[in-house]
Amino acid sequence: AFKAAILIQQWYRRYVARLEMRRRCTWRIFQSIEYACEQDQIKLHNFFSYLIEHFTPSSSKERDFISRMFISGESFKEAELEKYCDYESMEVPDSYTGPRLSFPLLPDHATALLEAFKQKQQLHARYVLNLLHETRKHLKQLPNISHVSTCYSEEVTVCGDLHGQLDDLFLIFYKNGLPSPSKSYVFNGDFVDRGKQSLEILIVLFTFLLIYPKEVHLNRGNHEDHMVNLRYGFTKEVMQKYKVHGKKILKMIQNVFCWLPLATLIDQKVLIIHGGISDTTDLDMLEKIHRNKFISVLRGKKRKESNRNVEIQEINGESKVEADPAGNEAAPSLSSQPQPAQAPSMANRLEFSKWVRQTVQEQIEWCRRLADISESEEEELTSSSVVSLTDLDGPRWTRQEEWKQILDILWSDPMPQEGCIVNTVRGGGCYFGPDVTGKILEKYNLQFLIRSHECKPEGYEFCHNRKVLTIFSASNYYEIGSNRGAYVKLGPDLVPHFVQYQANKMAHTLTMTQRQGFLVALISRVEESAFRALREKLFAHTSALISAFKAYDKDNTGRITLSNWATAVESVLHLGLPWRMLRPQLVRSTADGMLEYKSWLDDLAMEQRSQEHIQSSLLEVIYRNRSNLETIFRIIDRDHSGLISFEEFHQTWKLFSSHMNIELTDDGINDLVRSIDFNKDGNIDFNEFLEAFRLVKQSQ
Amino acid sequence: MANLVDVRALMFPWMQDEESQPRLRASLGPRLLCLYRWHHDRAVAEIEKKIIEAFEVFDHECHKTVDVREVGSIVRSLGCFPTEAELHELLAKVEEEEPTGYIHLEKFLPVMTKVLLDRRYRPIPEDVLLHAFEALDENKCGYITKEELVKYLTEEGEPFTQEEMEDMLSTALDPETNTVRYRDYISMMIVDES
Repeated sequence: AFKAAILIQQWYRRYVARLEMRRRCTWRIFQSIEYACEQDQIKLHNFFSYLIEHFTPSSSKERDFISRMFISGESFKEAELEKYCDYESMEVPDSYTGPRLSFPLLPDHATALLEAFKQKQQLHARYVLNLLHETRKHLKQLPNISHVSTCYSEEVTVCGDLHGQLDDLFLIFYKNGLPSPSKSYVFNGDFVDRGKQSLEILIVLFTFLLIYPKEVHLNRGNHEDHMVNLRYGFTKEVMQKYKVHGKKILKMIQNVFCWLPLATLIDQKVLIIHGGISDTTDLDMLEKIHRNKFISVLRGKKRKESNRNVEIQEINGESKVEADPAGNEAAPSLSSQPQPAQAPSMANRLEFSKWVRQTVQEQIEWCRRLADISESEEEELTSSSVVSLTDLDGPRWTRQEEWKQILDILWSDPMPQEGCIVNTVRGGGCYFGPDVTGKILEKYNLQFLIRSHECKPEGYEFCHNRKVLTIFSASNYYEIGSNRGAYVKLGPDLVPHFVQYQANKMAHTLTMTQRQGFLVALISRVEESAFRALREKLFAHTSALISAFKAYDKDNTGRITLSNWATAVESVLHLGLPWRMLRPQLVRSTADGMLEYKSWLDDLAMEQRSQEHIQSSLLEVIYRNRSNLETIFRIIDRDHSGLISFEEFHQTWKLFSSHMNIELTDDGINDLVRSIDFNKDGNIDFNEFLEAFRLVKQSQ
Repeated sequence: MANLVDVRALMFPWMQDEESQPRLRASLGPRLLCLYRWHHDRAVAEIEKKIIEAFEVFDHECHKTVDVREVGSIVRSLGCFPTEAELHELLAKVEEEEPTGYIHLEKFLPVMTKVLLDRRYRPIPEDVLLHAFEALDENKCGYITKEELVKYLTEEGEPFTQEEMEDMLSTALDPETNTVRYRDYISMMIVDES
């Protein structure tokens, strides 16, 4: 019996260990895909910005396109904003049964809203816009860094990412109580995207912000950014819920996000930021910059600091310039724009590139000027403001430096090693080590940092010797059962107390005896999800994978070893996943340790065909400008042949890489081109181009 | 891995341990030796990659260390079925002189490579498992009562903790009869594995 018992125990423990391994692998898959996506999007955005900057417009239509593509994210001048997002003329029909807001808001309005959202009601667009206007007015008065003191409200509750998961917010309020004069809250960014109720979360948070302005504090997160929202679902959510007024709402929200404070300080001892810090983080700078200039933190990378004085004079001289370049409706009057000379014939490439460079310079200047005007939202082009611009006291920083401060705050992640390196996984911000943390804490006499930005299985996690706390409030973020959410409470002693939760009725009512059965089922389901996502990614890189496999199959047998398969896959996808562990789930049949890779890829393709997925992360950004498809097409089709060749795509790409000093794989762009080229004739004609967008549109 | 074993079995059936290598060198041509070495190295390289992968899954901070309590999971997910005693033996080899609670990859890798090369802690085949359950089923009626199973697994062998016992029961126990129908249970678990 002893032997028998041992055997059973032995076997059983192995089973449990395997489960644990599966759980962790699944987690890693989700995480790596999530970050890879973010990185893709930033890369592509940079690519298009660069493309636009260096494109020489040959017609007024294209000039309009440039200004709109680059500047459409900019803030309106105050008056234009009010006019465009006017709500007062909006009628609310009597049939509307949802909450009706009146300003100034009262606690009753908040409870009414919470009730309404629990009943899945929708707030009328008029009230949404009204709320957004009032929120913006309020936020404008706030400093970049909010200050909270525990001597007024004994305890402060800090919540992390919510990502549109309204149920989690309800849970937090249920467990912890609503905001009130005796209950302070700090919400540390990333309220929107991914979850399906991002707008409701914003409405609730803004409402409480206006009712209890001293007790409720919001920090900006990297997802409080319309460029990111385009990709991660918030834009779509708003447009779906508000078909008529969605655009206005989004425009207002853009102008609210840029006014969100960047950080919060508790008792001058605990710094709360969304992402993290870098070795150049400077709180003094952060306090002083004009945070609203950065509507999207994804922009502004390429701008070099120009000679401000020169520009100012030029602005002065062009008093006739229509100061509304951001107009979606009206095309800006671009009479000041330098006309490009006739392009020299294509025969002489050298001449051409010289001419390009010249005109490009002029275009850049022009773009920049335009953008600067639109951004100085409050400043009217009068001589007095010009004087104030030149009459500067205190330290001045380049726009580049200011931008980097904000980028680091919103996008960085901590790492265990010392130092500070570029965060290549996300494509923005840094990885900062314990030494960086130590320096910042010492410099500003702080006790520790609280940040969010990364999902953690238990909802919170310490690192850097308990000097950095990550708090994440969206439970079941990747899948049901993937992780808990948490919030942290700080009293005057600044000792953190955590409360964890999981917003899923099933997980909640589980008894001990059911735990493992549930766990197994859960892991299987989450795993399924993860592997589906992974197979999609593999499929999206089909052509790159084939080349990689062929490199290991010099004799062209059609087969490679499983070991080489793993190495090849990692070299293409760069996800850092344990491929050998995952192989059994990804590769169904092998013959004596070898894989027939073509049929494997065909199987993958068959799976994907039903979903008509084409590199959606890349194309969606293009799709954003679908109204200008023709122009985009022509931007890429340099020789104006009516066809985009692989060559042209490559050239543009190479130009980009060399100028931007950014690593871009040939494979990524190859994949994109090949997937668009339906008839596989080596070129993309305009029809194929359109077809690609039609499919993207279908999948939305 | 299969390649390595085949080569060894085919070419050197008399060779059971590494000490016979010198004999080997003397008796067989250098070409065969090369071939053997090449296969061996490749297999070792592949094994090492597998081990590193598994290790890294549990290495949160990318410090090339894992918590000592995770070593069991790592070893098991590499296909081994050690008993707790065997696991402790292994740990003794990979721990630091002054146990810090962490195991370093550089110590773990060679030890684990050898474990896999030697094919130690082999999986328990289904029929052996079945026999084990049958041994506990005194009346040979096809099931074990909850009380009996709990007694055996928490008192005999390398006892389960209460948590482990409850976990197992949650999937193994038939709540209506309060028994474990072990044949069904085994089949279900085996399917789950694949």
